[in-house]
Amino acid sequence: MSEEIFLLPDVGEGLVEAEIVTWKVKEGDVVTLNQPLVDIETAKATVELPSPYAGTVVKLHGSVGDVMEVHRPLITFEVGGDAGASASASPASAPPATPPASAPPAEEPATGAGREAVLVGYGVANEDGLATRTHRRKAATPVASASAPPVVRAPVTPGLSPRSTPPVRLYAKQHGIDLATLTGSGRDGLITRHDVEQALSPQPTARRETAPMTGPTTTSRFVGREIESWSTGPKEERIPVKGVLRSMSEAMVQSAFSAPHAAVWVRVDATRTVELLAGLKKHPNLANVRLSPLTIVALAFCDAARHFPGINSSFDSANGEVVVRRSVNLGIAADTPRGLIVPNIKGADELDLVGMATSLNVLVDKARSGTTTPNEMIGTTLTITNVGPFGVDAAMPILPPGTGAILAVGQIAKSPWVVDDEIVIRHVVELAMAFDHRQVDGALASRVLSHVGAFLGDPATAMIAG
Amino acid sequence: MIDEELVRLLTPEGERVAHPEYQSTLSGEEIFGLYRDMVIIRRLCNESTSLQRQGQLALWAPVQGQEAAQIGAGRAMAPTDFSFPTYREHGIAWCRGIPPENMLRLFRAVSNGGWDPQKYRHSVPTIVLGNQALHAVGYAMGIQRDGAEEAAITFFGDGASSQGDTLEAFVWAASFNAPVVFFCQNNQWGISTPSSLQSKVPLYRRAEGFGFPGVRVDGNDVLAVYEVTKRALENARVGGGPTLIEAYTYRMGAHTTSDDPTRYRIDAEVEVWKHRDPVERVKALLVREYEIKSTAFDDVATEADAMALKLREDVLAMSRPDPITMFDNAYASEHPLVDEGRREMVELGISGGTH
Repeated sequence: MSEEIFLLPDVGEGLVEAEIVTWKVKEGDVVTLNQPLVDIETAKATVELPSPYAGTVVKLHGSVGDVMEVHRPLITFEVGGDAGASASASPASAPPATPPASAPPAEEPATGAGREAVLVGYGVANEDGLATRTHRRKAATPVASASAPPVVRAPVTPGLSPRSTPPVRLYAKQHGIDLATLTGSGRDGLITRHDVEQALSPQPTARRETAPMTGPTTTSRFVGREIESWSTGPKEERIPVKGVLRSMSEAMVQSAFSAPHAAVWVRVDATRTVELLAGLKKHPNLANVRLSPLTIVALAFCDAARHFPGINSSFDSANGEVVVRRSVNLGIAADTPRGLIVPNIKGADELDLVGMATSLNVLVDKARSGTTTPNEMIGTTLTITNVGPFGVDAAMPILPPGTGAILAVGQIAKSPWVVDDEIVIRHVVELAMAFDHRQVDGALASRVLSHVGAFLGDPATAMIAG
Repeated sequence: MIDEELVRLLTPEGERVAHPEYQSTLSGEEIFGLYRDMVIIRRLCNESTSLQRQGQLALWAPVQGQEAAQIGAGRAMAPTDFSFPTYREHGIAWCRGIPPENMLRLFRAVSNGGWDPQKYRHSVPTIVLGNQALHAVGYAMGIQRDGAEEAAITFFGDGASSQGDTLEAFVWAASFNAPVVFFCQNNQWGISTPSSLQSKVPLYRRAEGFGFPGVRVDGNDVLAVYEVTKRALENARVGGGPTLIEAYTYRMGAHTTSDDPTRYRIDAEVEVWKHRDPVERVKALLVREYEIKSTAFDDVATEADAMALKLREDVLAMSRPDPITMFDNAYASEHPLVDEGRREMVELGISGGTH
């Protein structure tokens, strides 16, 4: 028996890292040669890695979401003494298949360009490639060759534009850098991309001699992790985009740049909702149920969808169709220790007050404890984001991709309100609803939001009306 | 769209269909041989993909889906014919008798080629798109000057059909009536570009504009590919000039192991082509018409597995040459640029510089 380490291979001609997407084996598993081990996502593709050994998985060197470096340990195997062909050569000890010319960038010229992955058929997109190659070729030519003619350097004529390459000129132009203000570091004073980047990077300021102003020293949460305080943390911190953060960022970009968002607002007197909740909480049958304004808002939103099914729709651009669904999977934006997730309640339109309250409790508990399953996060048709508990009045939310509308609920606060031409103090809430303007128009959105508002204004009657 | 001019002798269900111009001339034994070739090539391809995913090959160009196009064409060649492939022609290389491990040397980056082109009458793979079409025409013009009864055949894809080199090769071949067959595997995708975007007329019809015949054959029908290629080569050998064959097929996998086809094509399209599998239809024919027993198919699978295991062993055992040897066969004679390359490699510490 021997231990063999499977190093993360470069599966795409010049990649430096890959993220673990799914483990298909666990420690202790016995695997056969070429059995699928893991899905990894590289800059180019998500690929499945087959096992190079027949043997036992001893150690997985990373977790789902981890970004692993190429040529570093991925899995340790225990391989039998006579495990056949697989044991005859170890990928870990075998010479790398990649030619040294594209080996890890230990001696990469410091152009900042780094390695460009090459896919046969695509070619290399290195803007400085030509200049670099020419430079290196010249450098390799013996300078003191007696037979070589002396190098005559053409003087740089004043008034001509500074020497550079078209891609670098474009780059500089795009970033508002005047090449005439730069000194080229390249051959014969050629201005390189690196020179432009240097000009763009902020100049280091003198270090403060005095102690910084006293700032908060408590940590805070950001993108699903604890980050250091203003006083104790580094000046600049880089956080890898993965896990929940990655899901959130990708979903928001996808939605923001495919669905044209529009929104409607309304301020509502929710006094009767507040009073109803206060009354229900005293009811013995509801002793174990956590009730909140969100429960009523959820019922109201589902009721609006039943009256105006068009809001519970999505735009299927691939097929050129609008999909109307007569069942609501109600997404609830949940602030969890891991970050923002949006699990949903399947068939929420069929729930009564107790059913909705219970479902919300389960959903929130699971989200907080991190036990939400992937299935509970797909298929959302409408969403509620409850920003009220954070003490704000309203929000302009972005739709989860493939949904018709998202309703933001602000805080319920006492506010002056006009009733029968008298100013009285009422519990007022602001509702804002963003919608996908490809299929939902302002009239429909307004009707839906008015319906939700009316429901909150008189919830008891609305619930009886059904 | 597959049009009515498509030459097909075997349906996707494995039933024979008549064609006014082409009939299958192959015996049951020969058809079984083609089946075996296709299974082995598919297995070779799977193992090579695994080896790449395990870090043992720098790259691999999968051939899944195109087995019939390659095996049909490869087996139609005479030993004296000469082929000019891309880096995806593993099926042709197999038909030319090149040992599988030699096909992988290029992909493991231990060789610039992997075999002696003269010995197998199969050029080393051309990676630059469409170049090999010019090589083939040049070679075919040489055949004319030798007065030999031989033909050249060159392989390229729908993407390379848009290259200037390929189109210039068409012009030269037509002008000199060169004994060359242009074998285009239209696998529908030039990396991520659909062939329908690059070819506003069916590819085979381009030949007419250059002045020689074009044929579209069902590239997933090995019987049809065999007959169409055989006739085109025979025609070329006896002075009939060039032919363009468009083998209408599908690349089931990625362009190369560096590509992710799910980013540009839909699953439904792949599903449709799964039902046109080139191997399954021959198997269905063999079972129905020749009553081949399942044990015979099992034996082929076993043989393919053994080949794959040996291939793996051979690849893992390949020694790594001094990188400087990559210059050895760049030019027939010494060349100052090659000298400079060698010098640079030593200066950068990539090679000890013994050559």
